[in-house]
Amino acid sequence: MRAHAAAILASVLALSGCGAGPASTERTLTVLAAASLATAFTELADEFEDEHAGVDVRLSFGGSSSLAAQIAEGAPADVFAAADERTMSLVADVGVARAEAVVFATNTVQVAARRDGPVKSLQDLVGPGVKVVLCAPQVPCGAAAREALDTAGIEVEPVSEEQSVADVLGKVASGEADAGVVYRTDVLAAGDRVTGLELPGPARVVTRCPVVALDGPADEALAAEFVAFVSGREARATLDAAGFGTP
Amino acid sequence: MRTRPDVPAWIVPPALIGWALLALPLVGLVLRVDWRDFGSLVTTEASRAALWLSLRTASASTVLCLLLGVPLALVLARSTARWASAVRAVVLVPLVLPPVVGGIALLATFGRRGWLGQHLEVLGIEIAFTTVAVVLAQAFVSLPFLVVTLEGALRAADPGYADVAATLGAAPGRVLGRVTLPLVAPGLVAGTVLSFARALGEFGATVTFAGSLQGVTRSLPTEIYLQREVDPDAAIALSFLLVAVAVAVIALVHRPGRSPW
Repeated sequence: MRAHAAAILASVLALSGCGAGPASTERTLTVLAAASLATAFTELADEFEDEHAGVDVRLSFGGSSSLAAQIAEGAPADVFAAADERTMSLVADVGVARAEAVVFATNTVQVAARRDGPVKSLQDLVGPGVKVVLCAPQVPCGAAAREALDTAGIEVEPVSEEQSVADVLGKVASGEADAGVVYRTDVLAAGDRVTGLELPGPARVVTRCPVVALDGPADEALAAEFVAFVSGREARATLDAAGFGTP
Repeated sequence: MRTRPDVPAWIVPPALIGWALLALPLVGLVLRVDWRDFGSLVTTEASRAALWLSLRTASASTVLCLLLGVPLALVLARSTARWASAVRAVVLVPLVLPPVVGGIALLATFGRRGWLGQHLEVLGIEIAFTTVAVVLAQAFVSLPFLVVTLEGALRAADPGYADVAATLGAAPGRVLGRVTLPLVAPGLVAGTVLSFARALGEFGATVTFAGSLQGVTRSLPTEIYLQREVDPDAAIALSFLLVAVAVAVIALVHRPGRSPW
């Protein structure tokens, strides 16, 4: 009976990936990045892996504030890339950053309108029955969206305040909402599922995306190399293609 | 323990570990609560709006569950037809479905682009982004709790009383109201309280289907999820509030010595 119980326990542990496996020669780098960076970072991680044999970059995307909260709770991460500097300061405050954060790209907000929806211009945002979703003011895209709309003098009553820019884009792309304010890069990434509407010049709030090496499980040099890679010239083409600006 | 013939000694450690797996996180939560500021954290405008919305929507969805769930449980309990088990299987689906999947399914049905929602919108009925969507999401996940609990009670109850009442000339409606339902009252109460508690805790389907706006669709769990990122202390204080409600619910339903469901 004891043997049975031990066997069951062992298989449960094996299934859940607990316990030490055979030692691997591969080095793993865990990168947490803002949802808006998903497309660009997936490509950049591939390029980085090509240049560094034996390195496996593990990516985790989510709302910047979510990721910052995970890091503050001790999530094992080697690199953190945020959607804005305010979120980065949360991580810096916890004291897990190995160096000063480097701003590697800029982004700006844009209105994403549902295809064939009622929003054809910025004026339509305040039209009767038009459903606009924004990020909650507590998260980076929400703060930027409100600043942009205030500057543009558009008084929007959102029908929902979402957790992350991905949620806003999802609501618009699925046609549930007529429009939302997201990052320029999200509109590009969404392709023809949404139409981007440019805000007037002064309202194009620019957010600066910082990246930092963290006190994580990978060795310090590798994390620093990744930070240098995404903020360096090599990464520029990929970031440009995704719609990010040069800091 | 040794007096029982089917409880070997080695069964005790895993049982304790299993219990600890459930109990320790609750201890962890209580340890994290910032008691000094607890009062102010749970009474901010956003917290009060979320609590009030949660209480209103959970009550509304519980009433909806009673109106629809009691008849459904009765039909299932009294039917021996083959279709009854197929119907029951559908009732059980939301119990095992991830709530976020429930939310997507609701969206595909009652959303503005949903197969029913687009017709409702033509009629001027809008569900997406309204409090009605929150109630629908809650009813979707909590109705099975009421139906399953009540059906179990109905099957366990002695049908003889209803037969006698009928032979004495009582119409089915009267037998149901005066004999059957009073007989299963404990099961009905347990099912109602459980579905209320499940509705109060509903998050995944709500956030997917209804959205998140203070006072309209941002229920307590959604508020906790948002606050978790920006004000962890507030999130923990509100979480404790929900744990307290859960404990109160268990105290109300659970009677030592017999299974409530």
